[in-house]
Amino acid sequence: MKLTKTSTWIAAGAIGLVALTACSSGGDDTADVAASDFPEGSTMAALAEAGTITIGTKFDQPLFGLLAPSGDPEGFDVEIGKIIAGELGISEDGIEWVETVSANREPFIQDGSVDIVVATYTINDERKELVSFAGPYYNAGQALMTLTETDDIESPDDLAGKVVCSVTGSTPAQNIADNYPDAELALFDAYTDCLEPLRNGQVDVVTTDNVILAGYVADSDDEFKVVGEPFTEEPYGIGLALEDDEFRDWINDVLEEIFEDGRWLDAWNETAGTVLPEPDVPTVDRY
Amino acid sequence: METFISEFGTIWGGFLATLALAAASAVLSLVWGTVLATMRVSPVGPLRSFGTAYVEIVRNTPLTLLFFFFVFVAPSLGLLVGLGFQWSLAALTLYTSAFVCEALRSGINSVGVGQAEAARSIGLTFGQTLTQIVLPQAWRTSIPPLISVLIALTKNTSVGAGFAYAELVTVQRTLMTENPADALFVFFGIALMYLVITIPLGVTAGRIEKRVAFAR
Repeated sequence: MKLTKTSTWIAAGAIGLVALTACSSGGDDTADVAASDFPEGSTMAALAEAGTITIGTKFDQPLFGLLAPSGDPEGFDVEIGKIIAGELGISEDGIEWVETVSANREPFIQDGSVDIVVATYTINDERKELVSFAGPYYNAGQALMTLTETDDIESPDDLAGKVVCSVTGSTPAQNIADNYPDAELALFDAYTDCLEPLRNGQVDVVTTDNVILAGYVADSDDEFKVVGEPFTEEPYGIGLALEDDEFRDWINDVLEEIFEDGRWLDAWNETAGTVLPEPDVPTVDRY
Repeated sequence: METFISEFGTIWGGFLATLALAAASAVLSLVWGTVLATMRVSPVGPLRSFGTAYVEIVRNTPLTLLFFFFVFVAPSLGLLVGLGFQWSLAALTLYTSAFVCEALRSGINSVGVGQAEAARSIGLTFGQTLTQIVLPQAWRTSIPPLISVLIALTKNTSVGAGFAYAELVTVQRTLMTENPADALFVFFGIALMYLVITIPLGVTAGRIEKRVAFAR
Protein backbone atom coordinates (compact mmCIF):
# COMPACT_ATOMS: atom_id res chain seq x y z
CA MET A 1 0.00 0.00 0.00
CA LYS A 2 1.47 3.26 -1.05
CA LEU A 3 0.30 6.62 0.03
CA THR A 4 1.27 8.51 -3.04
CA LYS A 5 -0.91 11.09 -4.64
CA THR A 6 0.02 12.82 -7.84
CA SER A 7 -0.19 16.11 -6.03
CA THR A 8 2.24 14.86 -3.38
CA TRP A 9 4.73 13.97 -6.08
CA ILE A 10 4.40 17.35 -7.71
CA ALA A 11 4.80 19.07 -4.35
CA ALA A 12 7.73 16.81 -3.51
CA GLY A 13 9.38 17.58 -6.83
CA ALA A 14 8.94 21.29 -6.29
CA ILE A 15 10.39 21.09 -2.79
CA GLY A 16 13.26 19.04 -4.12
CA LEU A 17 14.08 21.76 -6.61
CA VAL A 18 13.89 24.39 -3.93
CA ALA A 19 16.17 22.36 -1.69
CA LEU A 20 18.62 21.92 -4.54
CA THR A 21 19.00 25.63 -5.02
CA ALA A 22 19.52 25.91 -1.27
CA CYS A 23 16.93 28.55 -0.61
CA SER A 24 14.26 26.53 1.13
CA SER A 25 12.02 28.73 3.21
CA GLY A 26 11.99 25.99 5.86
CA GLY A 27 8.48 26.23 7.27
CA ASP A 28 8.27 23.18 9.55
CA ASP A 29 11.14 21.17 10.98
CA THR A 30 12.76 20.75 7.60
CA ALA A 31 16.45 21.51 7.87
CA ASP A 32 17.91 24.06 5.50
CA VAL A 33 20.30 21.75 3.70
CA ALA A 34 21.28 20.97 0.13
CA ALA A 35 22.56 17.81 -1.46
CA SER A 36 26.00 19.39 -1.67
CA ASP A 37 26.14 19.53 2.13
CA PHE A 38 26.55 15.75 2.17
CA PRO A 39 29.51 13.71 0.93
CA GLU A 40 29.30 13.18 -2.79
CA GLY A 41 27.78 9.84 -3.77
CA SER A 42 26.33 9.21 -0.30
CA THR A 43 22.78 8.03 0.28
CA MET A 44 22.09 11.29 2.11
CA ALA A 45 23.13 13.33 -0.93
CA ALA A 46 21.01 11.19 -3.23
CA LEU A 47 17.93 11.49 -1.00
CA ALA A 48 18.40 15.21 -0.44
CA GLU A 49 18.75 15.72 -4.16
CA ALA A 50 15.64 13.69 -4.95
CA GLY A 51 13.73 15.58 -2.27
CA THR A 52 11.78 12.43 -1.44
CA ILE A 53 12.30 9.50 0.85
CA THR A 54 10.37 6.25 1.18
CA ILE A 55 9.91 5.17 4.77
CA GLY A 56 8.49 1.85 5.85
CA THR A 57 6.43 1.83 9.02
CA LYS A 58 3.60 -0.12 10.58
CA PHE A 59 0.04 0.98 9.92
CA ASP A 60 -1.62 -0.99 12.68
CA GLN A 61 0.32 -0.08 15.79
CA PRO A 62 -1.27 2.60 17.93
CA LEU A 63 1.18 5.11 19.44
CA PHE A 64 4.02 4.09 17.07
CA GLY A 65 2.73 3.68 13.54
CA LEU A 66 -1.01 3.84 12.97
CA LEU A 67 -2.81 4.90 9.83
CA ALA A 68 -5.05 7.79 10.85
CA PRO A 69 -8.44 8.32 9.19
CA SER A 70 -6.82 11.19 7.25
CA GLY A 71 -4.72 8.59 5.42
CA ASP A 72 -1.43 9.63 7.02
CA PRO A 73 0.30 7.40 9.53
CA GLU A 74 1.01 8.81 12.99
CA GLY A 75 2.95 7.78 16.06
CA PHE A 76 6.43 7.82 17.56
CA ASP A 77 8.05 5.86 14.71
CA VAL A 78 6.44 8.22 12.24
CA GLU A 79 7.79 11.26 14.11
CA ILE A 80 11.29 9.76 14.14
CA GLY A 81 10.96 9.19 10.39
CA LYS A 82 9.88 12.79 9.87
CA ILE A 83 12.85 14.10 11.87
CA ILE A 84 15.30 12.07 9.79
CA ALA A 85 13.66 13.22 6.57
CA GLY A 86 13.72 16.79 7.86
CA GLU A 87 17.46 16.56 8.52
CA LEU A 88 17.84 15.63 4.85
CA GLY A 89 15.93 18.73 3.86
CA ILE A 90 12.85 16.69 2.96
CA SER A 91 9.53 18.04 4.22
CA GLU A 92 6.58 15.89 5.29
CA ASP A 93 5.12 16.12 1.79
CA GLY A 94 8.25 14.51 0.40
CA ILE A 95 7.86 11.37 2.52
CA GLU A 96 6.25 8.38 0.94
CA TRP A 97 4.96 6.08 3.68
CA VAL A 98 4.89 2.37 2.88
CA GLU A 99 3.33 -0.22 5.14
CA THR A 100 5.88 -2.71 6.38
CA VAL A 101 4.65 -5.68 8.39
CA SER A 102 7.03 -7.79 10.44
CA ALA A 103 7.71 -10.28 7.64
CA ASN A 104 8.50 -7.91 4.77
CA ARG A 105 10.90 -5.48 6.40
CA GLU A 106 14.15 -7.14 5.32
CA PRO A 107 12.96 -7.84 1.74
CA PHE A 108 11.73 -4.25 1.34
CA ILE A 109 15.08 -2.86 2.49
CA GLN A 110 17.05 -5.31 0.36
CA ASP A 111 15.16 -4.67 -2.86
CA GLY A 112 15.14 -0.90 -2.34
CA SER A 113 11.35 -0.59 -1.97
CA VAL A 114 12.04 1.57 1.07
CA ASP A 115 14.99 3.79 2.01
CA ILE A 116 14.63 3.24 5.74
CA VAL A 117 12.32 1.28 8.02
CA VAL A 118 11.09 2.76 11.30
CA ALA A 119 8.61 0.13 12.42
CA THR A 120 9.07 -1.09 16.02
CA TYR A 121 11.97 -2.97 14.47
CA THR A 122 13.99 -4.91 17.02
CA ILE A 123 17.75 -4.98 16.41
CA ASN A 124 19.05 -8.56 16.53
CA ASP A 125 21.97 -10.56 15.17
CA GLU A 126 20.07 -12.54 12.52
CA ARG A 127 18.68 -9.35 11.04
CA LYS A 128 22.07 -7.65 11.16
CA GLU A 129 23.24 -10.14 8.55
CA LEU A 130 20.72 -8.77 6.08
CA VAL A 131 20.24 -5.11 6.93
CA SER A 132 22.01 -2.40 8.90
CA PHE A 133 20.57 -0.79 11.99
CA ALA A 134 20.94 2.73 13.27
CA GLY A 135 19.86 3.36 16.84
CA PRO A 136 18.33 2.12 19.07
CA TYR A 137 16.04 5.09 19.52
CA TYR A 138 13.90 3.28 22.11
CA ASN A 139 14.23 0.19 24.29
CA ALA A 140 11.03 -1.80 24.50
CA GLY A 141 10.44 -5.16 26.15
CA GLN A 142 8.08 -8.07 25.70
CA ALA A 143 5.14 -8.05 28.13
CA LEU A 144 1.79 -9.74 28.70
CA MET A 145 -1.74 -8.38 28.36
CA THR A 146 -4.86 -10.02 29.81
CA LEU A 147 -8.47 -9.14 30.49
CA THR A 148 -8.76 -6.78 33.44
CA GLU A 149 -10.54 -9.42 35.53
CA THR A 150 -7.90 -12.11 34.97
CA ASP A 151 -5.86 -12.54 38.15
CA ASP A 152 -3.91 -15.79 37.76
CA ILE A 153 -1.31 -14.51 35.29
CA GLU A 154 1.37 -12.22 36.64
CA SER A 155 4.52 -13.21 34.80
CA PRO A 156 5.59 -15.48 31.94
CA ASP A 157 6.11 -18.23 34.53
CA ASP A 158 2.32 -18.47 34.87
CA LEU A 159 1.80 -19.30 31.20
CA ALA A 160 1.82 -23.11 31.44
CA GLY A 161 -1.41 -24.45 29.98
CA LYS A 162 -2.59 -20.99 28.90
CA VAL A 163 -3.41 -20.04 25.34
CA VAL A 164 -1.04 -17.26 24.32
CA CYS A 165 -1.87 -15.12 21.29
CA SER A 166 0.79 -13.54 19.11
CA VAL A 167 1.81 -13.06 15.49
CA THR A 168 3.15 -15.77 13.21
CA GLY A 169 6.90 -15.40 12.79
CA SER A 170 7.29 -12.62 15.36
CA THR A 171 10.10 -12.42 17.92
CA PRO A 172 7.69 -12.51 20.90
CA ALA A 173 6.03 -15.67 19.56
CA GLN A 174 9.43 -17.27 19.08
CA ASN A 175 10.48 -16.32 22.58
CA ILE A 176 7.40 -18.00 24.08
CA ALA A 177 7.94 -21.11 21.95
CA ASP A 178 11.61 -21.35 22.98
CA ASN A 179 11.45 -20.43 26.66
CA TYR A 180 7.93 -21.26 27.82
CA PRO A 181 7.13 -24.49 25.94
CA ASP A 182 4.20 -25.33 28.26
CA ALA A 183 2.22 -22.40 26.91
CA GLU A 184 -0.04 -23.05 23.95
CA LEU A 185 0.52 -20.56 21.11
CA ALA A 186 -2.30 -19.22 18.96
CA LEU A 187 -0.81 -17.33 16.02
CA PHE A 188 -2.55 -14.81 13.80
CA ASP A 189 -1.42 -12.44 11.05
CA ALA A 190 -1.57 -9.29 13.17
CA TYR A 191 -1.65 -8.41 16.86
CA THR A 192 -5.00 -6.70 16.38
CA ASP A 193 -6.42 -10.13 15.45
CA CYS A 194 -5.67 -11.22 19.03
CA LEU A 195 -7.98 -8.65 20.63
CA GLU A 196 -11.35 -10.19 19.76
CA PRO A 197 -10.25 -13.71 20.80
CA LEU A 198 -8.98 -12.24 24.09
CA ARG A 199 -12.36 -10.58 24.70
CA ASN A 200 -14.16 -13.83 23.86
CA GLY A 201 -11.95 -15.99 26.03
CA GLN A 202 -10.56 -17.98 23.09
CA VAL A 203 -7.09 -16.97 24.26
CA ASP A 204 -5.91 -16.12 27.77
CA VAL A 205 -3.01 -13.76 27.10
CA VAL A 206 -1.70 -11.57 24.31
CA THR A 207 2.05 -11.06 24.18
CA THR A 208 4.26 -8.66 22.29
CA ASP A 209 6.31 -5.57 23.10
CA ASN A 210 5.01 -3.51 26.03
CA VAL A 211 4.60 -0.44 23.84
CA ILE A 212 2.23 -2.17 21.46
CA LEU A 213 0.17 -3.58 24.31
CA ALA A 214 -0.01 -0.13 25.93
CA GLY A 215 -1.68 1.14 22.76
CA TYR A 216 -4.35 -1.54 22.97
CA VAL A 217 -4.91 -0.94 26.69
CA ALA A 218 -5.33 2.78 26.00
CA ASP A 219 -8.04 2.02 23.42
CA SER A 220 -9.81 -0.69 25.40
CA ASP A 221 -12.06 1.13 27.91
CA ASP A 222 -10.49 -0.74 30.84
CA GLU A 223 -11.15 -4.14 29.29
CA PHE A 224 -7.45 -5.06 29.11
CA LYS A 225 -4.43 -4.58 31.33
CA VAL A 226 -0.68 -5.08 30.95
CA VAL A 227 0.57 -7.42 33.68
CA GLY A 228 4.02 -7.56 35.26
CA GLU A 229 7.27 -6.14 34.02
CA PRO A 230 8.73 -6.47 30.52
CA PHE A 231 10.78 -9.67 30.43
CA THR A 232 12.95 -9.15 27.34
CA GLU A 233 14.92 -6.30 25.83
CA GLU A 234 13.82 -5.13 22.41
CA PRO A 235 15.99 -2.27 21.21
CA TYR A 236 14.13 -0.56 18.36
CA GLY A 237 16.40 0.46 15.51
CA ILE A 238 16.10 2.08 12.12
CA GLY A 239 16.65 -0.43 9.34
CA LEU A 240 18.60 0.51 6.23
CA ALA A 241 20.57 -1.15 3.47
CA LEU A 242 23.35 -3.48 4.57
CA GLU A 243 26.84 -1.98 4.46
CA ASP A 244 25.65 1.58 3.96
CA ASP A 245 27.78 2.55 6.94
CA GLU A 246 27.95 6.20 5.94
CA PHE A 247 24.16 6.53 6.07
CA ARG A 248 23.99 4.56 9.32
CA ASP A 249 26.59 6.76 11.01
CA TRP A 250 24.77 9.83 9.82
CA ILE A 251 21.41 8.61 11.24
CA ASN A 252 23.16 7.73 14.50
CA ASP A 253 24.52 11.29 14.63
CA VAL A 254 21.01 12.64 14.05
CA LEU A 255 19.64 10.43 16.84
CA GLU A 256 22.29 11.57 19.31
CA GLU A 257 21.57 15.14 18.36
CA ILE A 258 17.82 14.83 18.96
CA PHE A 259 18.37 12.96 22.25
CA GLU A 260 20.34 16.04 23.31
CA ASP A 261 18.24 18.89 21.99
CA GLY A 262 14.89 17.58 23.24
CA ARG A 263 13.28 16.80 19.88
CA TRP A 264 13.32 13.09 20.71
CA LEU A 265 11.46 13.69 23.98
CA ASP A 266 9.00 16.05 22.28
CA ALA A 267 8.22 13.40 19.67
CA TRP A 268 7.73 10.87 22.47
CA ASN A 269 5.48 13.12 24.53
CA GLU A 270 3.26 13.92 21.57
CA THR A 271 2.72 10.25 20.73
CA ALA A 272 3.53 7.23 22.89
CA GLY A 273 4.19 9.46 25.90
CA THR A 274 0.45 10.08 26.24
CA VAL A 275 0.12 6.52 27.57
CA LEU A 276 3.59 5.21 28.43
CA PRO A 277 6.02 6.50 31.07
CA GLU A 278 8.95 8.60 29.90
CA PRO A 279 11.78 6.26 28.83
CA ASP A 280 15.47 6.54 29.62
CA VAL A 281 17.49 8.02 26.81
CA PRO A 282 18.88 5.09 24.83
CA THR A 283 22.53 4.70 23.94
CA VAL A 284 23.21 4.44 20.23
CA ASP A 285 24.92 1.16 19.37
CA ARG A 286 27.63 1.87 16.79
CA TYR A 287 28.46 -1.71 16.00
CA MET B 1 19.18 -25.45 3.03
CA GLU B 2 20.67 -25.78 6.50
CA THR B 3 17.52 -24.41 8.08
CA PHE B 4 15.35 -26.79 6.13
CA ILE B 5 17.34 -29.74 7.49
CA SER B 6 17.88 -28.53 11.05
CA GLU B 7 14.25 -27.46 11.41
CA PHE B 8 12.81 -30.49 9.68
CA GLY B 9 11.01 -31.53 12.88
CA THR B 10 9.06 -28.26 12.86
CA ILE B 11 8.37 -28.55 9.14
CA TRP B 12 7.18 -32.13 9.59
CA GLY B 13 4.80 -30.97 12.33
CA GLY B 14 3.37 -28.37 9.97
CA PHE B 15 3.12 -30.96 7.21
CA LEU B 16 1.14 -33.35 9.42
CA ALA B 17 -1.13 -30.50 10.51
CA THR B 18 -1.80 -29.59 6.88
CA LEU B 19 -2.34 -33.23 5.94
CA ALA B 20 -4.71 -33.85 8.87
CA LEU B 21 -6.80 -30.80 8.02
CA ALA B 22 -6.88 -31.64 4.31
CA ALA B 23 -7.76 -35.31 4.87
CA ALA B 24 -10.45 -34.71 7.50
CA SER B 25 -12.14 -31.95 5.55
CA ALA B 26 -11.89 -33.99 2.33
CA VAL B 27 -13.84 -36.87 3.89
CA LEU B 28 -16.46 -34.59 5.44
CA SER B 29 -16.79 -32.50 2.27
CA LEU B 30 -17.32 -35.58 0.12
CA VAL B 31 -20.10 -36.76 2.45
CA TRP B 32 -21.83 -33.39 2.86
CA GLY B 33 -21.28 -32.57 -0.82
CA THR B 34 -23.01 -35.80 -1.85
CA VAL B 35 -25.93 -35.02 0.44
CA LEU B 36 -26.16 -31.55 -1.12
CA ALA B 37 -26.06 -32.96 -4.65
CA THR B 38 -28.83 -35.39 -3.73
CA MET B 39 -30.90 -32.48 -2.43
CA ARG B 40 -30.36 -30.54 -5.62
CA VAL B 41 -31.70 -33.36 -7.84
CA SER B 42 -34.39 -34.58 -5.44
CA PRO B 43 -38.09 -34.33 -6.27
CA VAL B 44 -38.73 -32.43 -3.00
CA GLY B 45 -39.00 -28.69 -3.72
CA PRO B 46 -37.80 -27.26 -0.38
CA LEU B 47 -34.74 -29.53 -0.38
CA ARG B 48 -33.87 -28.41 -3.91
CA SER B 49 -34.22 -24.78 -2.89
CA PHE B 50 -32.07 -25.30 0.19
CA GLY B 51 -29.37 -27.06 -1.86
CA THR B 52 -29.35 -24.33 -4.47
CA ALA B 53 -29.27 -21.52 -1.92
CA TYR B 54 -26.47 -23.19 0.06
CA VAL B 55 -24.27 -23.77 -2.98
CA GLU B 56 -24.83 -20.31 -4.42
CA ILE B 57 -24.13 -18.54 -1.13
CA VAL B 58 -21.17 -20.60 0.09
CA ARG B 59 -19.50 -21.02 -3.28
CA ASN B 60 -19.54 -17.28 -3.84
CA THR B 61 -18.21 -16.34 -0.40
CA PRO B 62 -14.44 -15.99 0.02
CA LEU B 63 -13.01 -18.76 2.16
CA THR B 64 -11.24 -16.19 4.34
CA LEU B 65 -14.65 -14.80 5.31
CA LEU B 66 -15.83 -18.24 6.41
CA PHE B 67 -12.72 -18.61 8.56
CA PHE B 68 -13.30 -15.12 9.88
CA PHE B 69 -16.86 -16.05 10.80
CA PHE B 70 -15.83 -19.08 12.82
CA VAL B 71 -12.87 -17.47 14.55
CA PHE B 72 -14.08 -13.92 15.19
CA VAL B 73 -17.80 -13.50 14.53
CA ALA B 74 -19.38 -16.65 15.96
CA PRO B 75 -17.55 -16.32 19.29
CA SER B 76 -18.59 -12.70 19.74
CA LEU B 77 -22.19 -13.77 19.14
CA GLY B 78 -21.65 -16.32 21.90
CA LEU B 79 -22.21 -19.21 19.49
CA LEU B 80 -18.92 -21.06 19.49
CA VAL B 81 -15.74 -20.59 21.39
CA GLY B 82 -12.41 -22.11 20.53
CA LEU B 83 -9.54 -21.92 18.12
CA GLY B 84 -7.56 -24.18 15.88
CA PHE B 85 -8.36 -27.46 14.20
CA GLN B 86 -12.10 -27.84 14.58
CA TRP B 87 -12.96 -24.36 13.32
CA SER B 88 -10.60 -24.63 10.37
CA LEU B 89 -12.20 -27.98 9.64
CA ALA B 90 -15.69 -26.49 9.80
CA ALA B 91 -14.86 -23.56 7.51
CA LEU B 92 -13.05 -25.70 4.94
CA THR B 93 -15.72 -28.43 4.92
CA LEU B 94 -18.64 -26.05 4.49
CA TYR B 95 -16.78 -24.32 1.67
CA THR B 96 -15.45 -27.34 -0.19
CA SER B 97 -18.71 -29.31 -0.05
CA ALA B 98 -20.36 -26.69 -2.27
CA PHE B 99 -17.77 -27.49 -4.96
CA VAL B 100 -18.06 -31.24 -4.38
CA CYS B 101 -21.82 -30.89 -4.82
CA GLU B 102 -21.43 -29.15 -8.17
CA ALA B 103 -18.82 -31.62 -9.44
CA LEU B 104 -21.11 -34.52 -8.53
CA ARG B 105 -24.16 -32.83 -9.99
CA SER B 106 -22.39 -32.48 -13.32
CA GLY B 107 -21.72 -36.21 -13.10
CA ILE B 108 -25.38 -36.90 -12.33
CA ASN B 109 -26.42 -34.78 -15.28
CA SER B 110 -24.21 -36.82 -17.54
CA VAL B 111 -26.15 -39.99 -16.75
CA GLY B 112 -28.75 -40.41 -19.48
CA VAL B 113 -32.32 -39.48 -18.55
CA GLY B 114 -33.37 -42.82 -20.02
CA GLN B 115 -31.61 -44.67 -17.20
CA ALA B 116 -33.61 -42.93 -14.53
CA GLU B 117 -36.80 -43.44 -16.49
CA ALA B 118 -36.01 -47.13 -16.95
CA ALA B 119 -35.30 -47.47 -13.24
CA ARG B 120 -38.58 -45.84 -12.35
CA SER B 121 -40.47 -48.02 -14.83
CA ILE B 122 -39.27 -51.18 -13.13
CA GLY B 123 -40.53 -49.81 -9.84
CA LEU B 124 -37.41 -48.42 -8.14
CA THR B 125 -37.98 -45.52 -5.75
CA PHE B 126 -36.08 -42.21 -6.05
CA GLY B 127 -33.64 -43.36 -3.38
CA GLN B 128 -33.00 -46.69 -5.09
CA THR B 129 -32.63 -45.06 -8.51
CA LEU B 130 -30.12 -42.60 -7.09
CA THR B 131 -28.00 -44.94 -4.99
CA GLN B 132 -28.02 -47.96 -7.34
CA ILE B 133 -28.23 -46.52 -10.82
CA VAL B 134 -27.31 -42.87 -11.01
CA LEU B 135 -24.74 -42.11 -8.26
CA PRO B 136 -22.32 -44.97 -9.04
CA GLN B 137 -22.05 -43.74 -12.61
CA ALA B 138 -22.01 -40.09 -11.55
CA TRP B 139 -19.10 -40.73 -9.16
CA ARG B 140 -17.02 -42.31 -11.92
CA THR B 141 -17.56 -39.44 -14.31
CA SER B 142 -16.94 -36.91 -11.55
CA ILE B 143 -13.51 -38.17 -10.55
CA PRO B 144 -11.41 -35.63 -12.52
CA PRO B 145 -13.33 -32.57 -11.27
CA LEU B 146 -13.48 -34.01 -7.75
CA ILE B 147 -9.71 -34.41 -7.67
CA SER B 148 -9.34 -30.79 -8.75
CA VAL B 149 -11.59 -29.84 -5.86
CA LEU B 150 -9.48 -31.90 -3.43
CA ILE B 151 -6.22 -30.38 -4.69
CA ALA B 152 -7.73 -26.93 -4.27
CA LEU B 153 -8.82 -27.98 -0.77
CA THR B 154 -5.25 -29.01 0.12
CA LYS B 155 -3.96 -25.61 -0.90
CA ASN B 156 -6.86 -23.84 0.81
CA THR B 157 -5.76 -25.26 4.17
CA SER B 158 -3.11 -22.52 4.07
CA VAL B 159 -5.81 -19.95 4.90
CA GLY B 160 -5.74 -21.48 8.39
CA ALA B 161 -2.32 -19.89 8.88
CA GLY B 162 -3.98 -16.54 9.40
CA PHE B 163 -6.46 -17.96 11.90
CA ALA B 164 -4.44 -19.60 14.63
CA TYR B 165 -4.07 -23.00 12.96
CA ALA B 166 -0.37 -23.86 12.91
CA GLU B 167 0.14 -25.59 9.56
CA LEU B 168 2.80 -25.43 6.83
CA VAL B 169 2.46 -21.76 5.98
CA THR B 170 2.67 -20.85 9.67
CA VAL B 171 5.90 -22.85 9.87
CA GLN B 172 7.18 -21.19 6.71
CA ARG B 173 6.60 -17.69 8.08
CA THR B 174 8.11 -18.55 11.44
CA LEU B 175 11.23 -20.07 9.91
CA MET B 176 11.61 -17.25 7.40
CA THR B 177 11.50 -14.59 10.11
CA GLU B 178 13.81 -16.57 12.33
CA ASN B 179 16.34 -17.37 9.59
CA PRO B 180 15.99 -14.55 7.10
CA ALA B 181 19.25 -15.55 5.40
CA ASP B 182 17.85 -18.96 4.50
CA ALA B 183 14.46 -17.68 3.39
CA LEU B 184 14.57 -18.98 -0.19
CA PHE B 185 15.30 -22.55 0.80
CA VAL B 186 12.60 -22.49 3.43
CA PHE B 187 10.14 -21.11 0.90
CA PHE B 188 10.85 -23.72 -1.75
CA GLY B 189 11.03 -26.46 0.87
CA ILE B 190 7.55 -25.64 2.11
CA ALA B 191 6.19 -25.40 -1.46
CA LEU B 192 7.66 -28.88 -2.02
CA MET B 193 5.77 -30.24 1.00
CA TYR B 194 2.49 -29.22 -0.64
CA LEU B 195 3.51 -31.05 -3.81
CA VAL B 196 4.17 -34.14 -1.69
CA ILE B 197 0.44 -34.14 -0.91
CA THR B 198 -1.06 -32.93 -4.17
CA ILE B 199 0.98 -34.77 -6.81
CA PRO B 200 0.25 -38.29 -5.46
CA LEU B 201 -3.40 -37.21 -5.25
CA GLY B 202 -3.37 -36.43 -8.96
CA VAL B 203 -1.55 -39.65 -9.83
CA THR B 204 -3.95 -41.77 -7.77
CA ALA B 205 -6.86 -40.05 -9.44
CA GLY B 206 -5.46 -40.91 -12.86
CA ARG B 207 -5.17 -44.57 -11.85
CA ILE B 208 -8.68 -44.76 -10.42
CA GLU B 209 -10.05 -43.04 -13.48
CA LYS B 210 -8.49 -45.63 -15.76
CA ARG B 211 -9.77 -48.50 -13.67
CA VAL B 212 -13.36 -47.35 -13.44
CA ALA B 213 -13.61 -45.79 -16.89
CA PHE B 214 -16.40 -47.14 -19.01
CA ALA B 215 -17.74 -46.47 -22.44
CA ARG B 216 -21.07 -44.70 -22.61
